[in-house]
Amino acid sequence: MTRASWLKLAPYLFTIGFFLLWEAACRVFAISAFILPPPSAIWAALVQYQKPLYTNAFHTLWMTSAGFGLAILFGLALGLLVGSSRLIYAGLNPLLVGFNSIPKVAVVPILVIWFGVGWLPPVLTAFVISFFPIVVNVATGLATIEPETEDVLKALGASRFDIMTKVGIPRSLPYFFGALKVSITLAYVGSVIGEQNASNLGIGNLITRASADFNVPLIFAALIVLAVLGVFLVAIVDIVEARMTGWAKRSQLGNA
Amino acid sequence: MSAFVELHDVTHVYGGGEGPPAVAGLSLGIGEGEFAAIVGPSGCGKSTLMKLATGLQRPKAGTVIVAGREVTEPIKITGMAFQNPVMLPWRTTLQNLLLPLEIVQPHRARLRANRAEYVERAEMLLETVGLKGMGSKYPWQLSGGMQQRASLCRSLIHEPKLLMLDEPFGALDAFTREELWCVIRDLHAARGVTVILVTHDLREAVFLADRVFCMSARPGRIIAERRVDFARPRDLDLTYTPEFAAVVQELRGQIREARVAA
Repeated sequence: MTRASWLKLAPYLFTIGFFLLWEAACRVFAISAFILPPPSAIWAALVQYQKPLYTNAFHTLWMTSAGFGLAILFGLALGLLVGSSRLIYAGLNPLLVGFNSIPKVAVVPILVIWFGVGWLPPVLTAFVISFFPIVVNVATGLATIEPETEDVLKALGASRFDIMTKVGIPRSLPYFFGALKVSITLAYVGSVIGEQNASNLGIGNLITRASADFNVPLIFAALIVLAVLGVFLVAIVDIVEARMTGWAKRSQLGNA
Repeated sequence: MSAFVELHDVTHVYGGGEGPPAVAGLSLGIGEGEFAAIVGPSGCGKSTLMKLATGLQRPKAGTVIVAGREVTEPIKITGMAFQNPVMLPWRTTLQNLLLPLEIVQPHRARLRANRAEYVERAEMLLETVGLKGMGSKYPWQLSGGMQQRASLCRSLIHEPKLLMLDEPFGALDAFTREELWCVIRDLHAARGVTVILVTHDLREAVFLADRVFCMSARPGRIIAERRVDFARPRDLDLTYTPEFAAVVQELRGQIREARVAA
């Protein structure tokens, strides 16, 4: 087989290999399904609970996408603002870092007090946990414009807006997409935390109920569903990224 | 020759006016269509001079006059090229060339409707610097010398009255550099544009310029001025003649004095 086709198959082979190893380890060491269920038991739970898993996964996907969408809008806007002005950067930096240092689990009770139990707390938790990487990366992309590029344009009478749209935004796109891939997985963390604490629906809520029943295979099945959803959304980001910032991917390093 | 670019007793300080000046008591005049080279020890404020003349920086004291008007903001009639070609990697070479036209009037308003005309102009320009057919390549697919040629094209696409070159050949190998000297020489001859070339390379300055200005160490000012009277068009062979070597030698002496004084 050629190197290219191996490369295409590698993700599947590695994933299958991982689960085979897991299964073998469970059997060889006779680990109780209550501690670590083997993939076969998780699969059985996936099949058995496919309906609740499906509806709750869909709900979680919704919560995550909504929170992530808000994070993109807000993160992009704030990133552009912070990156375009040193004054705003200096002023907002400690606030942003401070805010990001707060464990978002601790914010959920506040959200429940404000909005009650429902769809808002998971969406907002996903949002607050995932916007920060976007802000930081977009701001960095803008702040690292080559001064010569700015001079060339300024000498021609370019406004700040011109420089932003012609150079700043396209230049920060690779940073932006890098941030999206971090953010999307964080958004899942956020929505699941929100659902665990303040929702009657969603994978998070399902996990809470399954653990109350000591239904460990179902917990794992729910985690697998989350992982698959995460891979799925990152893959979408990857495709959009490849279309928009192919120019930034020309390093020889990763192609060896 | 009436002065096209004039600096009168200019002093400039970066960063709000405190600290040592970058240039002090700087005066010079450059005629329209003239090719001027600025040489001097490193850190002498050569780049500051360029920023002042293009209006990117306002002087703390003194006046800067370009084309008969005092410079108080970016003057929009300059093209600039630097040691770093700073092409935008997400644009093809052709799109990079068109960038100034998206900024500066009257082209900005006309670009969309007359794109074909401008693309043709850009392709002609690419051809004159030996990059025919390279417009569709991305800058990172070009060699350093080719990128620098493209950068020169970008600085000329909007037909500037004043061309500012800040050590544009500093990072190139000797052969490519000499090739590009000839490119610049021909562009200057064909377009009659006023050129200010900042350089460390005395041979480059003497080969290209009508006048060479020597700057002192920081705070920079003009300490010597040497007219170069070799007939144009000049051939690269000129650079191996004793007359040429004598001028270079003389300028070297002046730079050495400037460094000792510092």
